[in-house]
Amino acid sequence: MARILLQSKSAAVNPLKSSQPLGAAFAFLGVDGAMPLFHGSQGCTSFALVLFVRHFKEAIPLQTTAMDEVATILGAADHLEEAILNLKNRTKPKLIGVCTTALVETRGEDCAGDIANVKLKHTQELAGTEVVLANTPDFDGAIEEGWARAVTAMIEGITRSGERARHPKKIAILPGCNLTVADVEHMRDMVESFGLKPVILPDISGSLDGTVPDRWVATTYGGTSVEDIRELGTAMQCIAIGEHMRRPAKALLGLTGVPYVLFQSLTGLQDTDRFVSLLSSISGAAVPARVRRRRAQLQDAMLDGHFHFGGKKIAIAAEPDQLFQLATFFAGLGSEIAAAVTTTDRSKILEKVPAVSVQIGDLGDLESLAVGADLLVTHSHGRQASERLRIPLMRIGFPVFDRLGSQHKLAILYQGTRDLIFEVANIFQANQHAPTPEALDPLRNREISHERCSPPLAGQ
Amino acid sequence: MSSLSAKIKDAFDEPACDKNRGKDAKARKEGCSKSLTPGAAAGGCAFDGAKIVLQPITDVAHLVHAPLACEGNSWDNRGAVSSGPTLWRTSFTTDLTELDLVMGQGERKLFKAIREIKHTYAPPAIFVYSTCVTALIGDDIEAVCKRATEKFGLAVVPINAPGLAGSKNLGNKLAAEALLDHVIGTVEPDDPGPYDINILGEFNLSGEFWLVKPLLDRLGIRVRACIPGDARYRDIASAHRARAAMMVCSTALISLARKMEERWDIPFFEGSFYGISDTSQALRNLVRLLVRKGADPEILERTETLIAQQEAIAWKKLESYRQRLQGKRVLLNTGGVKSWSVVHALMEIGIEIVGTSVKKSTVQDKERIKQVLKHDKHMFESMAARELYAMLSEHRADIMLSGGRTQFIALKAKTPWLDINQERQHPYAGYDGMVELVRQIDLAIHNPIWSQVRQPAPWDCQPDLIGELPCTRNETAYLFDEFACATAHEC
Repeated sequence: MARILLQSKSAAVNPLKSSQPLGAAFAFLGVDGAMPLFHGSQGCTSFALVLFVRHFKEAIPLQTTAMDEVATILGAADHLEEAILNLKNRTKPKLIGVCTTALVETRGEDCAGDIANVKLKHTQELAGTEVVLANTPDFDGAIEEGWARAVTAMIEGITRSGERARHPKKIAILPGCNLTVADVEHMRDMVESFGLKPVILPDISGSLDGTVPDRWVATTYGGTSVEDIRELGTAMQCIAIGEHMRRPAKALLGLTGVPYVLFQSLTGLQDTDRFVSLLSSISGAAVPARVRRRRAQLQDAMLDGHFHFGGKKIAIAAEPDQLFQLATFFAGLGSEIAAAVTTTDRSKILEKVPAVSVQIGDLGDLESLAVGADLLVTHSHGRQASERLRIPLMRIGFPVFDRLGSQHKLAILYQGTRDLIFEVANIFQANQHAPTPEALDPLRNREISHERCSPPLAGQ
Repeated sequence: MSSLSAKIKDAFDEPACDKNRGKDAKARKEGCSKSLTPGAAAGGCAFDGAKIVLQPITDVAHLVHAPLACEGNSWDNRGAVSSGPTLWRTSFTTDLTELDLVMGQGERKLFKAIREIKHTYAPPAIFVYSTCVTALIGDDIEAVCKRATEKFGLAVVPINAPGLAGSKNLGNKLAAEALLDHVIGTVEPDDPGPYDINILGEFNLSGEFWLVKPLLDRLGIRVRACIPGDARYRDIASAHRARAAMMVCSTALISLARKMEERWDIPFFEGSFYGISDTSQALRNLVRLLVRKGADPEILERTETLIAQQEAIAWKKLESYRQRLQGKRVLLNTGGVKSWSVVHALMEIGIEIVGTSVKKSTVQDKERIKQVLKHDKHMFESMAARELYAMLSEHRADIMLSGGRTQFIALKAKTPWLDINQERQHPYAGYDGMVELVRQIDLAIHNPIWSQVRQPAPWDCQPDLIGELPCTRNETAYLFDEFACATAHEC
């Protein structure tokens, strides 16, 4: 069990986190016709917007209530009202996802009450547009929590409650924020290959997959439809992916009685086996030949790839579920997790991370813990540490702004695990150091080279 | 907060700004930023503006006193470049948590953060930025900075520009005020000389100031401080001993230039390194000011020789693009065109300007646009995304030059686009920079992808056929013929 080390510094150095409202907006962006709205000063929105654009290379719908000094002192309910009505008139969204920021939350505004008033006052005007609130102060949590809160808010605010007649082939899937566009697309194909009908919430593969529409659309185009969110209660089964999706899955269970199964990760042979078995048993269908083929390919990739993984020291900094996903992947191929850094101590998944300890911290912590590691694994902001330490960087998570196509990289199920093995093995091969007489000299640095053969992790 | 509002009031009263002088007293009080419409606003906040101006100072530790978002969502995101120190790219924030806010530990945490940075990085100075939340809870960053300066013996500078105070532009001005109050004039240089100048508002994006600096070096002019691009703290602290100054990005730092003239008698002019004639004019103005302040007048002639030489080379290089770019239509969509000589140079080689935004332009700018573009129907205040998309998708321009904000409108309309704002990848300053800009326009317009991406999918070209499916036998044969033709054509 990993020891959780809390942050003791006062100055965060090179933050690992992106803010919680950004995570909530991210989830709202996976809904068709959506417009996320930050309730705060315009800078909060501007920074998040720029970061989204740098990551996705897309126009991102994101608006602000533009709180100024007066609103900060006297209250911002009228700003919220004006923003909602403006958005409704100008962009005709199907969903306005309000994400609060540190500014309104520090003021302690009753945003839920404010929104209820707006809805009551403008029932006619707002017809056809759902307004949902996610309480996401910046001073708490990070992307994962924001994402989960937005999904929970959508279920609680939109899904019709009560036990409903279940559609035997319909599956509700709640993916975590660490799944890419490619992951979601691939998962849908997999589920459909069993004759099942997946409803995925949020579905970024429909909205953030980089397509060229034939007209200008101010909101998202594609993603989960509001109607599908309303009808989630008719699903036979819910599958949640990532520990942070337990809360929305529980909310759905409480509201509609749809049972859930939670996968903490879908990367790796065993987790995929469990997932495929589940689909097979729900659908009553045999595992299709091409899925079996993919499994065999993964087995082969593991056989070919494990040479490159064994004994390697990996330093990972990521949000809790992604940290778990990648750490178990690397440990499963014989690598050692030399450093594990994450954003928050709230997640229950952290103690399961296959590392001696997990540091709650930033990329400054990663940089000091990663000395001597063979590979850094984090988002693009790890590039400075990678340069300074001369350790290759594998870019994962959010944001990835200095490489193209991160959303089209697959990392789950048989095929994604296979691709991940190849990617990592290729990074190692590209950064190989040719042997030199000095490095191999048996009389040089005997103690250090002995130390390098550290024992495998306890309990592994 | 009272001192902040005094600062803001002061920032909005700018005698050196033509636009500001054109207003009556009441309008002036309201400042230059229009109030924002909730749900229809764009752009950064005052904190953003302050950080943009100050962060390129390379050896300073920039510490943001805030919950995560202000710094966590925005660090290491600009294209300024350093020739030495890298500390400015390291991000520091107090990352206030709920507990910090509830327990009122903000100031304590800030003080400890300053101590940690001092011990680990030993920078010549730490800049501390206040933000919305820390302003709201009343953290007194000025007091903390004062105490830290005394205790740790290094400059700890409060930057009081919380986001809720206003726009990015206001933040620029407040940053300049902070430099005036706490930095400039605090260090006496031991080597002042008659050829020392300051460049204000140059950010060294993509290293573009390095396209200009060699020209100054050649003339024997020394850049005492370039604020803020590739600056060191000591350069700025001793900037008050320069003999002349050039102000590059006008709206951002005009008050800084004016106040430096008032306090230390450093004359300045407003100029630009974008475009050939503007670059030449800037060099001329610089040496004239230096001569006025006592430099040897022989520099005037040397400058003219250099200009003649460099202009000839640049025009010769540009001429080679005429054939490829003659008649191409450019849409300029920036806040305000920074330099008319860029427009001039583009038109000189046969490029047509089909429109320009005048959102941030002054009355004089607009007059110039009218002269250059012959009539004013091409001017627009700002264009809604939908309109811009329509204009571009109807191919009413061959390329749009703009900032990242409208990038995807152009790209989704399958129109060539070039970034001319802060995230751009290429240096455009000086003589070589102008050639580079034209080269990039040429590359963008003539990239072979445009004809490919505009082509509809082959099965969408025959809508009638699709409509009549399922096919009769005859139509299947026709389709097959079509396919065979296409294949034959490819071979």
